[in-house]
Amino acid sequence: MKKQVVIIACSGIGKSLGTVGRVAMYKVTDQLRPKTTRTVCLPLLTVGDAETVKLVKENPCIAIDGCPAQCSKKNIEASQGKLAYEITVTSVLRENRKLKPEGVIELNPEGDQLAGILAKKVAEKVDDILGEEKQ
Amino acid sequence: MTLAKDKVGIICCSGEDLPEGTISRVATRLVLEKLRPESTVTLCLPLFLAGGEDERAFARVFPTIAVDGCDKKCSEIGTRKYSGKPAATIMVSEILKKHPQIKATSREKLNAQEMEIAQEVAKEIAKKVDELLCNQTKK
Repeated sequence: MKKQVVIIACSGIGKSLGTVGRVAMYKVTDQLRPKTTRTVCLPLLTVGDAETVKLVKENPCIAIDGCPAQCSKKNIEASQGKLAYEITVTSVLRENRKLKPEGVIELNPEGDQLAGILAKKVAEKVDDILGEEKQ
Repeated sequence: MTLAKDKVGIICCSGEDLPEGTISRVATRLVLEKLRPESTVTLCLPLFLAGGEDERAFARVFPTIAVDGCDKKCSEIGTRKYSGKPAATIMVSEILKKHPQIKATSREKLNAQEMEIAQEVAKEIAKKVDELLCNQTKK
């Protein structure tokens, strides 16, 4: 099977930051890089699902975390996955202070815009990672 | 540790890869925001592994309801493994089986039919919250 980058967003449902991360992940896996990326449910790593643990060990992973708790990054590391890149929504928010995300079930337009910026960063990173893997 | 007698913890699977996970997430938020805002709290499931003892004590502090998208039951298993046995489990996939005409396909944003399912799941959660709080009051 062709190698893909596994993008794992945090499951944050307490704040809109988690939703920004999730929406960004869907923008990458569904629109920007559908052929070279995929996602998995983060809770499957939390419970140690064998198939999912194998997937993150065999493929480069990108963690997108909503908050400093960094659940995605820590769950990938605890599963001994290949963490190739990590990014937090808060870091992108700091660079785009005018975009205040609101909403957990559904993001406001500013939140969606922030997710778009984050998604572009992640898509570029996907290209870098796959380029490095080929060398 | 004292038991929070007036709150129920809702832990949803949030499964990002499946529409059922999104339904579990939206249903949980509907309960927290609209149906039972005063009597429910939540915790992100992956925090059981990423967090510390405070997070792992969650199910010892609150009676919990696990809301799972699929039969992998990450929420029920994760809560039991790291924190304590959930008082109840609600399965989105089981509720979807009652509506064979609806095929859940959206992961990012639910369509109108999927939102109806999320509302039905939310009502089931709220019903269970009331039962748990009623049982605690009787004790």
